[in-house]
Amino acid sequence: MSVPLVAVTSQVLDLQALVDELAKTGSGDGAITPFVGLVRDHNQGRRVEYLEYEAYDALAVRALNRIVDEARQAWPDTRVAVHHRTGRLEIGEASIIIAAASPHRAHAFAACRYAIERVKQIVPIWKHEHFAGGDVWLEGATADPEDEVARATAYRIACA
Amino acid sequence: MRVTIRLFARLRDLAGSGELVRDVPHPATVQTVWRTLVTEMPALGDYERTMSVAVNADYSRMTASVNEGDEVAFLPPVSGG
Repeated sequence: MSVPLVAVTSQVLDLQALVDELAKTGSGDGAITPFVGLVRDHNQGRRVEYLEYEAYDALAVRALNRIVDEARQAWPDTRVAVHHRTGRLEIGEASIIIAAASPHRAHAFAACRYAIERVKQIVPIWKHEHFAGGDVWLEGATADPEDEVARATAYRIACA
Repeated sequence: MRVTIRLFARLRDLAGSGELVRDVPHPATVQTVWRTLVTEMPALGDYERTMSVAVNADYSRMTASVNEGDEVAFLPPVSGG
């Protein structure tokens, strides 16, 4: 069964499945770089108990596909896959997994980093943080996929 | 004409619902839908400076036109990853 390159799911994320999918479809690749984003137990001085992730699923999938396409434009020999989880996640669980496959490790690392930076900029997903003594919706970037400054920033970080 | 409004995260909490159906005058833009919403729920108004908007699950602009049956979403700043 083939694994989609992009997904927004309430199921536990499976990095190995994502890596295997890229590996079996890219005989010219010399590297796959994984990234796993975890729920950590502290944030801005608060003791985090758990997170709830909410997504606008249809648009989130669209935005993830856009990021995969952007990465391919920036590094034409590189393929990126991203799965993001939603719902309640406990400390230490993976909220996002990314894998980038390329003939060359430098492009794989860069595309992987680019993808996570862009996720934080333009994918309509929100963290609802439940901490000791309360809860808060976290709000980061105003999502605008057409913002070329944001895109250039992500690219610059990826290539640093 | 009738549109479906989708709200997420804190906007959804403030409104008490993630999905509302409202009648707006025709012709309408995303701005028209937003004004209708904020007139009904002034507490949402502060988000105008920082939110993003989408029409039928595609990023859009306040000036974009809206048609009968469209789904118009208002999105607080995102925090995925």
